Amino acid sequence: MTVAGDVVLQVEDLHKSFGSTEVLKGIDLSVRRGERIAILGSSGSGKSTLLRCMNVLEMPTRGRLILDGEAVGKPAAGGATRYREAELNRLRARVGMVFQQFNLFPHMTALENVMEGPLSVLGRPKAEARRTAQRHLERVGLGGKADAHPARLSGGQQQRVAIARALAMDPEVLLFDEPTSSLDPELVGEVLGVINDLSEDGRTMLLVTHELGFAYHFATRILFLHEGRILEDGPPEQVLKSPREERTRRFLDRFTAFRF
Amino acid sequence: MPTITMPELQFGEVFANIDLLLEACGLTLALWAVALAAGLSGGLLVGLARLSPRRWIAWPARGYVELFRNTPVLVQLIWFYYALPVVSGIQLPAFAAAALALSLNASAYCAEIYRGGIQSVAAGQWEAGRALGMGRLRLLRRIILPLAVRRMVPAFTNRAVELAKNTSVASIITVHELMYTARLFSSQNYIPMETFTVVAMIYFLLIYPFTLASYALERHFAAGRA
Repeated sequence: MTVAGDVVLQVEDLHKSFGSTEVLKGIDLSVRRGERIAILGSSGSGKSTLLRCMNVLEMPTRGRLILDGEAVGKPAAGGATRYREAELNRLRARVGMVFQQFNLFPHMTALENVMEGPLSVLGRPKAEARRTAQRHLERVGLGGKADAHPARLSGGQQQRVAIARALAMDPEVLLFDEPTSSLDPELVGEVLGVINDLSEDGRTMLLVTHELGFAYHFATRILFLHEGRILEDGPPEQVLKSPREERTRRFLDRFTAFRF
Repeated sequence: MPTITMPELQFGEVFANIDLLLEACGLTLALWAVALAAGLSGGLLVGLARLSPRRWIAWPARGYVELFRNTPVLVQLIWFYYALPVVSGIQLPAFAAAALALSLNASAYCAEIYRGGIQSVAAGQWEAGRALGMGRLRLLRRIILPLAVRRMVPAFTNRAVELAKNTSVASIITVHELMYTARLFSSQNYIPMETFTVVAMIYFLLIYPFTLASYALERHFAAGRA
Protein backbone atom coordinates (compact mmCIF):
# COMPACT_ATOMS: atom_id res chain seq x y z
CA MET A 1 0.00 0.00 0.00
CA THR A 2 1.30 3.42 -0.92
CA VAL A 3 1.17 6.52 1.19
CA ALA A 4 -2.22 8.14 1.63
CA GLY A 5 -2.65 11.23 -0.48
CA ASP A 6 -0.56 10.15 -3.46
CA VAL A 7 -2.09 10.10 -6.92
CA VAL A 8 -3.98 6.88 -7.49
CA LEU A 9 -5.60 7.59 -10.83
CA GLN A 10 -4.55 10.10 -13.39
CA VAL A 11 -6.33 11.15 -16.55
CA GLU A 12 -4.29 12.92 -19.21
CA ASP A 13 -5.70 14.87 -22.14
CA LEU A 14 -8.75 12.65 -22.38
CA HIS A 15 -10.95 13.07 -25.43
CA LYS A 16 -14.04 11.13 -26.36
CA SER A 17 -16.12 11.46 -29.47
CA PHE A 18 -19.28 9.65 -30.48
CA GLY A 19 -19.31 9.90 -34.24
CA SER A 20 -18.70 13.56 -35.03
CA THR A 21 -19.80 14.78 -31.59
CA GLU A 22 -16.92 15.43 -29.25
CA VAL A 23 -18.22 14.82 -25.74
CA LEU A 24 -14.96 15.19 -23.83
CA LYS A 25 -12.59 17.86 -25.09
CA GLY A 26 -9.41 17.28 -23.17
CA ILE A 27 -9.73 16.33 -19.52
CA ASP A 28 -6.77 16.38 -17.18
CA LEU A 29 -7.42 15.09 -13.72
CA SER A 30 -5.36 13.73 -10.86
CA VAL A 31 -7.24 11.74 -8.27
CA ARG A 32 -5.50 11.42 -4.93
CA ARG A 33 -5.95 8.42 -2.71
CA GLY A 34 -8.82 8.90 -0.30
CA GLU A 35 -10.39 11.75 -2.22
CA ARG A 36 -14.14 11.82 -2.63
CA ILE A 37 -14.89 13.71 -5.81
CA ALA A 38 -18.38 14.74 -6.84
CA ILE A 39 -18.74 15.50 -10.53
CA LEU A 40 -21.49 17.96 -11.39
CA GLY A 41 -22.74 19.34 -14.66
CA SER A 42 -25.87 19.57 -16.75
CA SER A 43 -26.87 16.65 -18.93
CA GLY A 44 -24.66 16.41 -21.98
CA SER A 45 -21.74 17.99 -20.15
CA GLY A 46 -19.82 14.70 -20.42
CA LYS A 47 -19.74 13.83 -16.72
CA SER A 48 -21.00 10.27 -17.12
CA THR A 49 -18.79 9.73 -20.13
CA LEU A 50 -15.78 10.87 -18.14
CA LEU A 51 -16.61 8.40 -15.41
CA ARG A 52 -17.12 5.59 -17.93
CA CYS A 53 -13.81 6.38 -19.58
CA MET A 54 -12.07 5.97 -16.24
CA ASN A 55 -12.62 2.23 -16.30
CA VAL A 56 -12.69 2.15 -20.10
CA LEU A 57 -16.28 1.00 -20.35
CA GLU A 58 -16.16 3.78 -22.87
CA MET A 59 -13.05 3.67 -25.04
CA PRO A 60 -11.38 7.11 -24.97
CA THR A 61 -10.72 8.53 -28.41
CA ARG A 62 -7.49 10.10 -27.23
CA GLY A 63 -5.50 10.47 -24.05
CA ARG A 64 -4.34 8.09 -21.40
CA LEU A 65 -5.07 6.70 -17.97
CA ILE A 66 -2.46 6.10 -15.31
CA LEU A 67 -3.40 3.83 -12.43
CA ASP A 68 -0.96 3.70 -9.52
CA GLY A 69 1.79 5.18 -11.64
CA GLU A 70 1.35 2.67 -14.44
CA ALA A 71 0.00 3.77 -17.80
CA VAL A 72 -2.87 1.63 -19.02
CA GLY A 73 -2.66 0.50 -22.63
CA LYS A 74 -0.11 1.21 -25.31
CA PRO A 75 0.14 4.43 -27.31
CA ALA A 76 -1.25 4.17 -30.83
CA ALA A 77 -1.51 6.51 -33.79
CA GLY A 78 -3.21 9.91 -33.36
CA GLY A 79 -2.79 10.14 -29.58
CA ALA A 80 -5.11 7.19 -29.07
CA THR A 81 -4.36 4.32 -26.76
CA ARG A 82 -4.70 0.64 -27.56
CA TYR A 83 -5.94 -1.59 -24.77
CA ARG A 84 -5.63 -5.33 -24.51
CA GLU A 85 -8.60 -7.12 -23.01
CA ALA A 86 -6.62 -8.77 -20.22
CA GLU A 87 -5.23 -5.41 -19.19
CA LEU A 88 -8.67 -3.80 -19.16
CA ASN A 89 -10.01 -6.63 -17.03
CA ARG A 90 -7.25 -6.05 -14.49
CA LEU A 91 -7.96 -2.31 -14.50
CA ARG A 92 -11.68 -2.81 -14.02
CA ALA A 93 -11.14 -5.26 -11.19
CA ARG A 94 -9.40 -2.40 -9.37
CA VAL A 95 -11.73 0.41 -10.41
CA GLY A 96 -15.27 -0.50 -9.37
CA MET A 97 -18.47 0.94 -10.77
CA VAL A 98 -22.01 1.43 -9.54
CA PHE A 99 -24.52 2.11 -12.31
CA GLN A 100 -27.57 4.30 -12.50
CA GLN A 101 -29.68 1.27 -13.48
CA PHE A 102 -28.07 -1.04 -10.86
CA ASN A 103 -27.52 -3.78 -13.47
CA LEU A 104 -27.74 -6.61 -10.98
CA PHE A 105 -27.58 -10.09 -12.45
CA PRO A 106 -31.26 -11.13 -12.39
CA HIS A 107 -30.62 -14.88 -12.34
CA MET A 108 -28.58 -14.67 -9.16
CA THR A 109 -29.57 -13.98 -5.57
CA ALA A 110 -28.30 -10.85 -3.83
CA LEU A 111 -25.56 -12.91 -2.20
CA GLU A 112 -24.55 -14.53 -5.49
CA ASN A 113 -24.41 -11.12 -7.13
CA VAL A 114 -21.95 -9.94 -4.51
CA MET A 115 -19.96 -13.19 -4.64
CA GLU A 116 -19.61 -13.23 -8.41
CA GLY A 117 -16.63 -10.87 -8.77
CA PRO A 118 -14.46 -12.36 -6.01
CA LEU A 119 -15.39 -15.86 -7.13
CA SER A 120 -14.91 -15.69 -10.87
CA VAL A 121 -12.52 -12.74 -11.29
CA LEU A 122 -10.35 -12.87 -8.18
CA GLY A 123 -10.52 -16.66 -7.90
CA ARG A 124 -11.42 -16.65 -4.20
CA PRO A 125 -12.59 -19.93 -2.65
CA LYS A 126 -16.37 -20.21 -2.51
CA ALA A 127 -16.67 -20.33 1.29
CA GLU A 128 -14.56 -17.21 1.66
CA ALA A 129 -16.43 -15.38 -1.12
CA ARG A 130 -19.70 -16.27 0.59
CA ARG A 131 -18.49 -14.98 3.96
CA THR A 132 -17.23 -11.67 2.66
CA ALA A 133 -20.30 -11.24 0.46
CA GLN A 134 -22.54 -11.70 3.50
CA ARG A 135 -20.46 -9.15 5.39
CA HIS A 136 -20.79 -6.64 2.56
CA LEU A 137 -24.53 -7.17 2.38
CA GLU A 138 -24.72 -6.49 6.10
CA ARG A 139 -22.66 -3.38 5.58
CA VAL A 140 -25.30 -1.99 3.21
CA GLY A 141 -28.05 -3.08 5.59
CA LEU A 142 -29.27 -6.07 3.57
CA GLY A 143 -27.90 -9.01 5.52
CA GLY A 144 -31.41 -10.44 5.65
CA LYS A 145 -31.94 -10.29 1.89
CA ALA A 146 -29.04 -12.54 0.90
CA ASP A 147 -31.28 -15.13 -0.77
CA ALA A 148 -33.59 -12.72 -2.53
CA HIS A 149 -33.42 -12.31 -6.29
CA PRO A 150 -33.17 -8.72 -7.59
CA ALA A 151 -36.76 -8.83 -8.86
CA ARG A 152 -37.90 -9.14 -5.24
CA LEU A 153 -35.98 -6.06 -4.08
CA SER A 154 -36.93 -2.39 -4.23
CA GLY A 155 -34.85 -0.05 -6.36
CA GLY A 156 -33.05 1.27 -3.31
CA GLN A 157 -32.29 -2.25 -2.11
CA GLN A 158 -31.06 -3.25 -5.56
CA GLN A 159 -28.72 -0.31 -5.65
CA ARG A 160 -27.39 -1.18 -2.20
CA VAL A 161 -26.70 -4.74 -3.39
CA ALA A 162 -24.92 -3.24 -6.41
CA ILE A 163 -22.78 -1.17 -4.04
CA ALA A 164 -21.97 -4.31 -2.02
CA ARG A 165 -21.09 -6.07 -5.27
CA ALA A 166 -18.62 -3.32 -6.18
CA LEU A 167 -17.19 -3.24 -2.64
CA ALA A 168 -16.62 -7.00 -2.66
CA MET A 169 -13.84 -6.46 -5.21
CA ASP A 170 -12.12 -4.14 -2.71
CA PRO A 171 -11.48 -1.62 -5.49
CA GLU A 172 -8.88 1.12 -5.16
CA VAL A 173 -11.26 3.54 -6.82
CA LEU A 174 -15.04 3.33 -6.75
CA LEU A 175 -17.08 5.10 -9.40
CA PHE A 176 -20.75 5.99 -8.93
CA ASP A 177 -22.64 6.92 -12.10
CA GLU A 178 -25.75 8.82 -10.95
CA PRO A 179 -26.54 6.10 -8.40
CA THR A 180 -29.84 7.62 -7.27
CA SER A 181 -31.16 9.08 -10.52
CA SER A 182 -33.48 6.19 -11.34
CA LEU A 183 -34.85 5.82 -7.81
CA ASP A 184 -38.15 7.00 -6.41
CA PRO A 185 -37.49 10.11 -4.32
CA GLU A 186 -38.26 8.35 -1.04
CA LEU A 187 -35.62 5.67 -1.79
CA VAL A 188 -32.81 8.13 -2.56
CA GLY A 189 -31.98 8.70 1.07
CA GLU A 190 -31.16 5.09 1.95
CA VAL A 191 -28.71 4.80 -0.94
CA LEU A 192 -27.03 8.12 -0.21
CA GLY A 193 -26.80 7.06 3.43
CA VAL A 194 -24.92 3.89 2.46
CA ILE A 195 -22.57 5.81 0.17
CA ASN A 196 -21.93 8.35 2.90
CA ASP A 197 -21.08 5.56 5.35
CA LEU A 198 -18.34 4.38 2.99
CA SER A 199 -16.51 7.66 3.62
CA GLU A 200 -15.05 6.31 6.84
CA ASP A 201 -13.12 3.61 4.90
CA GLY A 202 -10.99 6.26 3.26
CA ARG A 203 -11.69 4.68 -0.12
CA THR A 204 -11.22 6.83 -3.19
CA MET A 205 -14.60 7.57 -4.72
CA LEU A 206 -15.91 9.53 -7.69
CA LEU A 207 -19.58 10.30 -7.88
CA VAL A 208 -21.59 11.75 -10.72
CA THR A 209 -24.71 13.19 -9.17
CA HIS A 210 -27.45 15.79 -9.24
CA GLU A 211 -27.81 15.75 -5.46
CA LEU A 212 -26.03 19.00 -4.65
CA GLY A 213 -26.72 18.83 -0.93
CA PHE A 214 -25.25 15.36 -0.72
CA ALA A 215 -22.25 16.37 -2.82
CA TYR A 216 -21.64 19.26 -0.44
CA HIS A 217 -21.49 17.01 2.61
CA PHE A 218 -19.91 13.94 1.06
CA ALA A 219 -17.26 15.23 -1.30
CA THR A 220 -13.80 16.49 -0.49
CA ARG A 221 -13.60 17.98 -3.95
CA ILE A 222 -16.06 19.04 -6.58
CA LEU A 223 -15.65 19.18 -10.33
CA PHE A 224 -18.03 21.08 -12.54
CA LEU A 225 -18.07 19.94 -16.14
CA HIS A 226 -19.37 22.03 -18.97
CA GLU A 227 -19.35 21.02 -22.64
CA GLY A 228 -16.66 18.42 -22.20
CA ARG A 229 -14.25 20.45 -20.10
CA ILE A 230 -13.61 20.84 -16.40
CA LEU A 231 -14.78 24.35 -15.65
CA GLU A 232 -14.42 24.32 -11.93
CA ASP A 233 -12.36 22.20 -9.55
CA GLY A 234 -12.15 22.85 -5.84
CA PRO A 235 -13.45 22.11 -2.36
CA PRO A 236 -17.28 21.96 -2.01
CA GLU A 237 -17.40 25.15 0.01
CA GLN A 238 -15.74 27.10 -2.76
CA VAL A 239 -17.35 25.53 -5.84
CA LEU A 240 -20.89 25.45 -4.48
CA LYS A 241 -20.89 28.69 -2.50
CA SER A 242 -18.60 30.98 -4.44
CA PRO A 243 -18.06 29.52 -7.92
CA ARG A 244 -15.57 31.31 -10.12
CA GLU A 245 -17.43 30.83 -13.37
CA GLU A 246 -20.69 32.39 -14.48
CA ARG A 247 -21.67 29.02 -16.02
CA THR A 248 -21.37 27.27 -12.68
CA ARG A 249 -23.40 29.95 -10.95
CA ARG A 250 -26.21 29.60 -13.49
CA PHE A 251 -26.16 25.82 -13.09
CA LEU A 252 -26.35 26.08 -9.31
CA ASP A 253 -29.13 28.69 -9.48
CA ARG A 254 -31.38 26.21 -11.22
CA PHE A 255 -31.22 23.95 -8.18
CA THR A 256 -31.95 26.72 -5.74
CA ALA A 257 -34.65 28.47 -7.76
CA PHE A 258 -37.47 26.93 -5.77
CA ARG A 259 -37.27 26.80 -2.01
CA PHE A 260 -39.74 26.52 0.77
CA MET B 1 -78.09 -45.65 -56.42
CA PRO B 2 -74.49 -46.79 -56.44
CA THR B 3 -73.05 -47.57 -53.09
CA ILE B 4 -69.55 -46.46 -52.25
CA THR B 5 -67.78 -49.18 -50.41
CA MET B 6 -65.22 -47.91 -47.94
CA PRO B 7 -62.04 -49.95 -47.91
CA GLU B 8 -61.75 -51.70 -44.62
CA LEU B 9 -59.04 -50.26 -42.43
CA GLN B 10 -56.54 -52.94 -41.49
CA PHE B 11 -54.85 -51.60 -38.38
CA GLY B 12 -54.56 -55.19 -37.13
CA GLU B 13 -51.98 -55.86 -39.81
CA VAL B 14 -49.88 -52.86 -38.74
CA PHE B 15 -50.05 -53.64 -35.05
CA ALA B 16 -49.13 -57.27 -35.75
CA ASN B 17 -45.84 -55.93 -37.11
CA ILE B 18 -45.42 -53.05 -34.70
CA ASP B 19 -42.07 -54.44 -33.51
CA LEU B 20 -40.61 -53.65 -36.96
CA LEU B 21 -41.63 -50.01 -36.60
CA LEU B 22 -40.57 -49.74 -32.98
CA GLU B 23 -37.13 -51.13 -33.75
CA ALA B 24 -36.73 -48.51 -36.46
CA CYS B 25 -37.37 -45.83 -33.83
CA GLY B 26 -33.87 -46.53 -32.53
CA LEU B 27 -32.27 -44.97 -35.61
CA THR B 28 -34.77 -42.13 -35.64
CA LEU B 29 -33.92 -41.30 -32.03
CA ALA B 30 -30.19 -41.67 -32.71
CA LEU B 31 -30.37 -39.25 -35.66
CA TRP B 32 -32.40 -36.82 -33.60
CA ALA B 33 -30.05 -36.97 -30.62
CA VAL B 34 -26.90 -36.55 -32.70
CA ALA B 35 -28.28 -33.69 -34.77
CA LEU B 36 -29.77 -31.93 -31.75
CA ALA B 37 -26.59 -32.19 -29.69
CA ALA B 38 -24.51 -31.02 -32.64
CA GLY B 39 -26.99 -28.26 -33.39
CA LEU B 40 -26.97 -26.94 -29.84
CA SER B 41 -23.18 -26.95 -29.55
CA GLY B 42 -22.24 -26.10 -33.14
CA GLY B 43 -24.97 -23.48 -33.20
CA LEU B 44 -23.43 -21.76 -30.19
CA LEU B 45 -20.07 -21.48 -31.94
CA VAL B 46 -21.60 -20.25 -35.19
CA GLY B 47 -23.91 -17.88 -33.31
CA LEU B 48 -20.95 -16.37 -31.45
CA ALA B 49 -19.03 -16.11 -34.72
CA ARG B 50 -22.01 -14.27 -36.25
CA LEU B 51 -21.73 -11.71 -33.42
CA SER B 52 -18.00 -11.23 -33.77
CA PRO B 53 -16.90 -7.69 -34.60
CA ARG B 54 -14.28 -9.24 -36.89
CA ARG B 55 -15.60 -9.57 -40.41
CA TRP B 56 -13.42 -12.49 -41.33
CA ILE B 57 -15.13 -14.46 -38.58
CA ALA B 58 -18.66 -13.06 -38.87
CA TRP B 59 -19.08 -13.27 -42.64
CA PRO B 60 -18.22 -16.93 -43.20
CA ALA B 61 -20.53 -17.77 -40.29
CA ARG B 62 -23.30 -15.79 -41.92
CA GLY B 63 -22.67 -17.45 -45.29
CA TYR B 64 -22.94 -20.86 -43.63
CA VAL B 65 -26.20 -19.97 -41.91
CA GLU B 66 -27.78 -18.58 -45.07
CA LEU B 67 -26.69 -21.57 -47.15
CA PHE B 68 -28.24 -24.12 -44.82
CA ARG B 69 -31.37 -22.17 -43.98
CA ASN B 70 -32.29 -21.24 -47.51
CA THR B 71 -31.99 -24.62 -49.19
CA PRO B 72 -34.19 -27.70 -48.67
CA VAL B 73 -32.92 -30.12 -46.07
CA LEU B 74 -33.79 -32.92 -48.49
CA VAL B 75 -31.29 -31.57 -51.01
CA GLN B 76 -28.68 -31.22 -48.28
CA LEU B 77 -29.03 -34.89 -47.37
CA ILE B 78 -28.90 -36.01 -50.96
CA TRP B 79 -25.87 -33.83 -51.48
CA PHE B 80 -23.90 -35.30 -48.58
CA TYR B 81 -24.78 -38.84 -49.60
CA TYR B 82 -24.53 -38.69 -53.38
CA ALA B 83 -22.57 -35.59 -54.32
CA LEU B 84 -19.87 -35.59 -51.67
CA PRO B 85 -18.30 -38.81 -53.00
CA VAL B 86 -18.17 -37.33 -56.49
CA VAL B 87 -16.63 -34.05 -55.33
CA SER B 88 -14.25 -35.34 -52.67
CA GLY B 89 -14.09 -39.08 -53.08
CA ILE B 90 -15.43 -39.55 -49.54
CA GLN B 91 -18.38 -41.93 -49.45
CA LEU B 92 -20.12 -41.61 -46.13
CA PRO B 93 -22.37 -44.40 -44.87
CA ALA B 94 -26.02 -43.40 -45.18
CA PHE B 95 -26.45 -42.79 -41.44
CA ALA B 96 -23.32 -40.67 -41.21
CA ALA B 97 -24.34 -38.60 -44.24
CA ALA B 98 -27.79 -38.03 -42.77
CA ALA B 99 -26.40 -37.21 -39.33
CA LEU B 100 -23.89 -34.77 -40.81
CA ALA B 101 -26.43 -32.99 -43.01
CA LEU B 102 -29.04 -32.74 -40.23
CA SER B 103 -26.38 -31.56 -37.76
CA LEU B 104 -25.15 -28.81 -40.05
CA ASN B 105 -28.73 -27.81 -40.80
CA ALA B 106 -29.67 -27.73 -37.10
CA SER B 107 -26.51 -25.75 -36.27
CA ALA B 108 -27.48 -23.07 -38.75
CA TYR B 109 -30.92 -22.66 -37.20
CA CYS B 110 -29.64 -22.86 -33.63
CA ALA B 111 -26.95 -20.27 -34.43
CA GLU B 112 -29.69 -17.77 -35.20
CA ILE B 113 -31.51 -18.64 -31.96
CA TYR B 114 -28.31 -18.10 -29.98
CA ARG B 115 -27.58 -14.86 -31.79
CA GLY B 116 -31.04 -13.49 -31.12
CA GLY B 117 -30.98 -14.68 -27.51
CA ILE B 118 -27.58 -13.17 -26.78
CA GLN B 119 -28.55 -9.89 -28.41
CA SER B 120 -31.70 -9.74 -26.30
CA VAL B 121 -29.70 -9.54 -23.06
CA ALA B 122 -29.61 -5.94 -21.87
CA ALA B 123 -26.36 -4.04 -22.51
CA GLY B 124 -26.25 -3.26 -18.80
CA GLN B 125 -25.53 -6.91 -18.04
CA TRP B 126 -22.45 -6.85 -20.25
CA GLU B 127 -21.37 -3.59 -18.62
CA ALA B 128 -21.89 -4.89 -15.10
CA GLY B 129 -19.78 -7.96 -15.85
CA ARG B 130 -17.08 -5.96 -17.59
CA ALA B 131 -17.02 -3.48 -14.71
CA LEU B 132 -16.16 -6.37 -12.39
CA GLY B 133 -13.22 -7.25 -14.63
CA MET B 134 -14.80 -10.29 -16.26
CA GLY B 135 -13.36 -11.37 -19.60
CA ARG B 136 -15.62 -11.92 -22.60
CA LEU B 137 -15.77 -15.69 -22.33
CA ARG B 138 -16.34 -15.75 -18.59
CA LEU B 139 -19.00 -13.10 -18.97
CA LEU B 140 -20.74 -15.17 -21.62
CA ARG B 141 -20.62 -18.30 -19.52
CA ARG B 142 -21.57 -16.81 -16.16
CA ILE B 143 -23.99 -14.03 -17.08
CA ILE B 144 -25.04 -13.66 -20.69
CA LEU B 145 -25.72 -17.26 -21.72
CA PRO B 146 -27.59 -18.22 -18.54
CA LEU B 147 -29.86 -15.23 -19.12
CA ALA B 148 -30.16 -15.77 -22.86
CA VAL B 149 -30.84 -19.51 -22.63
CA ARG B 150 -33.88 -18.87 -20.46
CA ARG B 151 -35.41 -16.91 -23.28
CA MET B 152 -34.26 -19.34 -25.94
CA VAL B 153 -35.98 -22.45 -24.53
CA PRO B 154 -39.22 -22.03 -26.53
CA ALA B 155 -37.28 -21.41 -29.75
CA PHE B 156 -35.00 -24.38 -29.16
CA THR B 157 -38.00 -26.59 -28.40
CA ASN B 158 -39.58 -25.50 -31.65
CA ARG B 159 -36.41 -26.32 -33.53
CA ALA B 160 -35.91 -29.67 -31.79
CA VAL B 161 -39.46 -30.77 -32.60
CA GLU B 162 -39.01 -29.76 -36.22
CA LEU B 163 -35.72 -31.62 -36.28
CA ALA B 164 -37.30 -34.82 -34.94
CA LYS B 165 -39.62 -34.84 -37.94
CA ASN B 166 -36.84 -33.85 -40.32
CA THR B 167 -35.05 -37.08 -39.48
CA SER B 168 -37.69 -38.78 -41.66
CA VAL B 169 -36.02 -37.22 -44.69
CA ALA B 170 -33.11 -39.60 -44.06
CA SER B 171 -35.36 -42.34 -45.48
CA ILE B 172 -34.61 -40.89 -48.92
CA ILE B 173 -30.99 -41.94 -48.64
CA THR B 174 -31.82 -45.43 -47.32
CA VAL B 175 -31.31 -44.89 -43.61
CA HIS B 176 -33.50 -47.58 -42.08
CA GLU B 177 -35.22 -45.28 -39.62
CA LEU B 178 -38.90 -45.12 -38.84
CA MET B 179 -40.11 -43.51 -42.07
CA TYR B 180 -38.03 -45.77 -44.31
CA THR B 181 -39.33 -48.85 -42.54
CA ALA B 182 -42.89 -47.55 -42.73
CA ARG B 183 -42.65 -46.90 -46.48
CA LEU B 184 -41.21 -50.33 -47.05
CA PHE B 185 -43.87 -51.96 -44.92
CA SER B 186 -46.74 -50.09 -46.52
CA SER B 187 -45.64 -50.81 -50.07
CA GLN B 188 -45.21 -54.49 -49.29
CA ASN B 189 -48.64 -54.76 -47.67
CA TYR B 190 -50.59 -52.10 -49.58
CA ILE B 191 -51.84 -50.43 -46.41
CA PRO B 192 -50.29 -46.94 -46.51
CA MET B 193 -53.09 -45.15 -44.72
CA GLU B 194 -53.01 -47.43 -41.68
CA THR B 195 -49.23 -47.60 -41.61
CA PHE B 196 -48.64 -43.87 -41.79
CA THR B 197 -51.37 -43.15 -39.26
CA VAL B 198 -49.64 -45.44 -36.81
CA VAL B 199 -46.27 -43.88 -37.72
CA ALA B 200 -47.65 -40.42 -36.99
CA MET B 201 -48.77 -41.68 -33.59
CA ILE B 202 -45.32 -43.07 -32.92
CA TYR B 203 -43.68 -39.74 -33.84
CA PHE B 204 -46.11 -38.01 -31.53
CA LEU B 205 -45.24 -40.35 -28.66
CA LEU B 206 -41.52 -39.82 -29.29
CA ILE B 207 -41.70 -36.04 -29.46
CA TYR B 208 -44.38 -35.11 -26.95
CA PRO B 209 -42.44 -36.09 -23.79
CA PHE B 210 -39.65 -33.85 -25.02
CA THR B 211 -42.10 -30.96 -25.37
CA LEU B 212 -43.41 -31.61 -21.86
CA ALA B 213 -39.85 -31.60 -20.52
CA SER B 214 -39.20 -28.24 -22.17
CA TYR B 215 -42.33 -26.78 -20.55
CA ALA B 216 -41.04 -28.01 -17.21
CA LEU B 217 -37.70 -26.34 -17.93
CA GLU B 218 -39.47 -23.06 -18.74
CA ARG B 219 -41.38 -23.27 -15.46
CA HIS B 220 -38.16 -24.03 -13.61
CA PHE B 221 -36.48 -20.93 -15.03
CA ALA B 222 -39.54 -18.80 -14.37
CA ALA B 223 -39.51 -19.88 -10.73
CA GLY B 224 -35.80 -19.03 -10.40
CA ARG B 225 -36.46 -15.48 -11.44
CA ALA B 226 -38.81 -14.68 -8.63
